[in-house]
Amino acid sequence: MSVITLSVNGKEVAIPEGVSLLEATRAAGVDIPLLCHLDGLEPVGACRLCLVEVEGSNRLMPACTTAASEGMAIHTHTHQLLDYRRMAVELFFAEGNHICAFCVANGNCELQNVAVQVGMDHSRFPYQYPQRVVDASHPLFAIDHNRCILCTRCVRVCDEIEGAHVWDVGSRGSHCHIVAGLDQPWGEVEACTNCGKCVDVCPTGAIFHKEDTTAEKLRHSDRPALLKAARDEHVWRNQ
Amino acid sequence: MSSSGSTTPARQLRCCGASGCRSAGSEELQAALEAARDAAGHTAQELAIKPVGCLRLCGRGPLVACDGPGGTTLYGAVPPTEAGALIEAARLGDHGNDTLQTSRLDPQLPFFALQSSVVLEGCGQVDPESIDDAIAFGTYSQLRRCLHELTPEEVREQVKRSGLRGRGGGGYPTGLKWDTVALQPPGPRYVVCNADEGDPGAFMDRSVLESDPHRLLEGLAIAAYAVGADRGYVYVRAEYPLAVERLRKALQQARRAGLLGNGIDGTSFSLTIEVRVGAGAYVCGEETALLQSIQGQRGMPRPRPPYPAQSGLWGAPTLINNVETMAAVPVILREGGDWYASMGTAGSKGTKVFALSGAVTNTGLVEVPMGTTLRSVVEVIGGGVPDGSPIKAVQTGGPSGGCIPAELLDTPVDYESLMELGSMMGSGGMVVMGETTSMPEVARHFMRFSVNESCGKCVPCRAGTVQLAQLLDRFVERRASPADMAKLDALCRMVKATSLCGLGQSAPNPVLSTLRYFRHEYEAACRQPALCEQP
Repeated sequence: MSVITLSVNGKEVAIPEGVSLLEATRAAGVDIPLLCHLDGLEPVGACRLCLVEVEGSNRLMPACTTAASEGMAIHTHTHQLLDYRRMAVELFFAEGNHICAFCVANGNCELQNVAVQVGMDHSRFPYQYPQRVVDASHPLFAIDHNRCILCTRCVRVCDEIEGAHVWDVGSRGSHCHIVAGLDQPWGEVEACTNCGKCVDVCPTGAIFHKEDTTAEKLRHSDRPALLKAARDEHVWRNQ
Repeated sequence: MSSSGSTTPARQLRCCGASGCRSAGSEELQAALEAARDAAGHTAQELAIKPVGCLRLCGRGPLVACDGPGGTTLYGAVPPTEAGALIEAARLGDHGNDTLQTSRLDPQLPFFALQSSVVLEGCGQVDPESIDDAIAFGTYSQLRRCLHELTPEEVREQVKRSGLRGRGGGGYPTGLKWDTVALQPPGPRYVVCNADEGDPGAFMDRSVLESDPHRLLEGLAIAAYAVGADRGYVYVRAEYPLAVERLRKALQQARRAGLLGNGIDGTSFSLTIEVRVGAGAYVCGEETALLQSIQGQRGMPRPRPPYPAQSGLWGAPTLINNVETMAAVPVILREGGDWYASMGTAGSKGTKVFALSGAVTNTGLVEVPMGTTLRSVVEVIGGGVPDGSPIKAVQTGGPSGGCIPAELLDTPVDYESLMELGSMMGSGGMVVMGETTSMPEVARHFMRFSVNESCGKCVPCRAGTVQLAQLLDRFVERRASPADMAKLDALCRMVKATSLCGLGQSAPNPVLSTLRYFRHEYEAACRQPALCEQP
């Protein structure tokens, strides 16, 4: 395995060749906010929170999808990036109906954590209060579209790890929503194996166990990475 | 430049049958002309009536060109009731007829005289539904020459020498892209023609598809040969039914003629081309989304790199160029890359086709050398605003471009100059705006377009454009505050810098460019204009 070196905020780090800039920031001990990315799932670069500045490039690059290369110099917390991140989080809050006080994920929500991390205490952009629905047709789980941030983790975990591809994205733009099966009630989708991986990876309270009430949802976002390691490398990290 | 076949009768009427003229009644006119000719007892040998493609001046359709020994006379907006008079004029070669006075167009008009037809040379000359006519015009001769006489390297060399850059808007050097695909490790590769022309006010590619589809197929086949691909796709939007129909017909004819398929023209080169019809998403014009769509997936862009030239359709190296780029290739090979590079400016070579519309006298298709000033395009060729009032601004590049104010109209049209002005070349739509146009309204119009067409993958574009459109509402409705101005500025910069694909990154351009040149209009829309922060 060859190793490359690059600098993150001026600090030199050595990482294996072929990994992403995200691994470089982790090696440097730098914490950047993530919402769509989850270890073990294919990165998509959709939430734009992990954008970093790369010296010599006039475009911001998502750390999760950009391959690290020898000699790169990246900056993760410039004034401008902090500004953009906060705005992105404001846009997330303004576009959905995120009422933490009632949410199953209150206190254990990645969107909430990211808001704290970027210092977003209020949104400068008006809340859109979209009309969204709750689908509780599944016997074990439910999906509350009001809380969905369209990270597509559920889509990816179901497709890549479980291999059922129950979830996908429907419509366009601000009308985008997660659809089950052929845009059916979740409970009618025969492909669903009731595995609950989508519940494990959902960063907010959008997908949850029906028995959870306010602030009771537990996340298990490390599971895709454990499963992937078990399958690809035959390493069972929980043993 | 035309090499018309020997069977062309001395006198003929060429009737435009492209979408613009069709909607103005060209089919009825052509039928009336045929009936009038028959009624007057003339045969098709004496006076041919030929359906052709775009004759450029779309705003005066239906257009008919009369060819005779004395030259060509062009008529526009001929009512079918005047068909008899037109037949008589064409047969006698006497174009002084008073009844046709109002329909006769002066060929010396700058609109025609200042154009240089390169990509459009066959548009309005060839019958788009006849491969024989296209071949008689010289189409496919360069494909044959490439296959028999040139190596793929030599073909790419000519394209590189031509300095041709992507006409879809990005302006990436075409030869470099071809090389990148050709030099990938051995394995399958694809060529794709992007005919998903979606910018409002852009109809260049549609005209090429409807008027001269065989030229596009020839360019695509040459590109496939040059990069070593044996499969190709043309991705056309469903909103262009006539283009799809003619393209499919052209493909069928080319296959029957042995110009596509296995062992083309007796060589070992094979190429299969398929038409894929889009389902109405503007974002599918973005190359990575387009490739997803061809693969049968949801049309959503993905981050680049890897670029399609390295990893495109089904992970294979894929060459993707738009219609105008592909259609320029046969001419470049015929006349040589150096000939093409002799036109245009240092950084932008050759000619560019523009679709001129809006508050302009001559609406239609314009092909001019790169570097022509905007003023000569919109004022001289376009004839300015119909009522003679001054032009306020010119919008180029559709929802990704910007508004260029009248005082900057002397800017030469090339990729860099337009970019410096905060606009972009885009695919070639040019919308002229008169003095009564409100700039915040223009910005909101384009922002609403982006709201509707955002794919929804990344948050700045999905949610940011919605907020921008609502902020612009406040300006249009004259209830904005100085804080809105600051918010508008900041959010535009954020959406531009952080969006995933070109659609989101360029969505704020109409706002940023109007803020730059017409800031006073935004300030005037604030309740307390004096408090607005200066940039």
